[in-house]
Amino acid sequence: MSVRGPVGTATEIAAAVAAGRVSARSVTEAALARIEALNSAVNAFTDVTADRALAKADAVDSRRATGQPLGPLAGVPFAAKNLFDIEGLPTRAGSKINRERAPARRDGALVRKLEEAGAVLLGGLNMGEYAFDFTGENTHDGPSRNPHDLAHMAGGSSGGSGAAVAAGFVPIALGSDTNGSIRVPSAFCGLFGLKPTFGRLSRAGSFPFVASFDHLGPLARSVDDLALSYDAMQGPDPEDPWSAGRPPEPVAALVGSGISGVRIAIAGGYYASGGEPAAYRAVALAAEALGTSRTVEIPEAARARAAAFVITASEGAALHLDRLRARPADFDPSTRDRLLAGTMIPAAWVQKAQRFRRWYRERVLALFDEVDVILAPTTPYRSPRIGQPSFVIGGVEMPVRPNIGIYTQPISFIGLPVVAAPIRPDDGLPLSVQVIAPPWREDLALRVARELETAGVAAAPVARL
Amino acid sequence: MTDATPPSPTLDDAGAAAIVDAMAPLLGLSIDPAWRGEVAMNLVVIANAARLVLDFPLPDELEPAPVFRA
Repeated sequence: MSVRGPVGTATEIAAAVAAGRVSARSVTEAALARIEALNSAVNAFTDVTADRALAKADAVDSRRATGQPLGPLAGVPFAAKNLFDIEGLPTRAGSKINRERAPARRDGALVRKLEEAGAVLLGGLNMGEYAFDFTGENTHDGPSRNPHDLAHMAGGSSGGSGAAVAAGFVPIALGSDTNGSIRVPSAFCGLFGLKPTFGRLSRAGSFPFVASFDHLGPLARSVDDLALSYDAMQGPDPEDPWSAGRPPEPVAALVGSGISGVRIAIAGGYYASGGEPAAYRAVALAAEALGTSRTVEIPEAARARAAAFVITASEGAALHLDRLRARPADFDPSTRDRLLAGTMIPAAWVQKAQRFRRWYRERVLALFDEVDVILAPTTPYRSPRIGQPSFVIGGVEMPVRPNIGIYTQPISFIGLPVVAAPIRPDDGLPLSVQVIAPPWREDLALRVARELETAGVAAAPVARL
Repeated sequence: MTDATPPSPTLDDAGAAAIVDAMAPLLGLSIDPAWRGEVAMNLVVIANAARLVLDFPLPDELEPAPVFRA
């Protein structure tokens, strides 16, 4: 093959398929073989839809053979977190309870859009139960494992999405991000991840968690692949009541246009403490490569994180109340006890948190009068070991689970677009920088991430397995 | 919160456990004794987060953002 099979990027694969250098079928077979050989170690896939994938690949090859136009993702393998509807499968959303649901009758909107662009779905991916998770651990399906070190967390809740891309099973995976669930696995697995602006990509045909904050988006090993898949998924969707109705604003042709004139600053204050030193070295490396030393303070970020936490616990619990009443013993214990507590939150607390959200949004948007892009660490530390309960930072022991998302939550809280870019400041597991842009300016975040990639500061190699 | 409003109360483990016991019947929840301590602990964590928000003064005119436009 003239491309590196499934471990090539989506951009490489689509170009090779379009040029006839490789068939979609051979790419798909190579990806399925790699999954067959290595998934038991990584535990990324919960369902492999091999027959469907081969049929789709053959359809792509047939289109090319008969001279019909191919989509921009022709022959590119991808997979979706198992909260996306996949026709013929129950949408388990990481749970035991939901796998008893009737099989989905139709793919989720973003799965359909990627396949309409020629991509080939290979299956559903492991995740933390009901997406209420930052670790990628799951009692029912076992933990997603970090392909860079199988004893370590893939991150969550889109753990299988991070693991599948880092393992070279697929170049693109779909995830969801309510408080950080695309960005955290991107960070832990050393990938690029895009959480678009709230309301940009359709949520139709995906299992919800927190209506106020749920976002969907891609994880990949290159910025071009993020842009390619993101462009294919844009567009309003009347089936998603939260869709902003925004017409597509393609970015693939823009990501390489450089950063001349882009005002970039580093988040200080809250974002400069509470983590391991390497987390801030990663940000400093990115800032240096981008030629900036300017800092800004995101106002009241700790309070924003607290408000996101309260709203998440309450809305998530309300969604699951009937299941908590009927079958509490069938939940993952780590999810159940938090959801049960969430049912008991006074409504006045949630309303205050939503009012604070308005206040905070106005203050943060004002920052974008001064700067165009803000850099911040994605996680306070690199991937812990699976099951690790706590972490020592500066001599202080901190519990792992509640602290993984301290830097991601204040950003998704107000729906800002973010690219998580993987940085390795040392020989250890990767760290990551959030490239945060104003609403609807995914292009800016992707351009800056691409600059880091071009400079060699951000890179997402396939793990050696 | 107005100037006359005292700070939000703190919640301890025993207080949280009492709330869990009182609220569960209202919500129709059966909480296994083996889970009760963890549920109460999580309620304390939520209450600690909520206090940060509750004690932050906001004008009455500030609308909530349940239908959000980024």
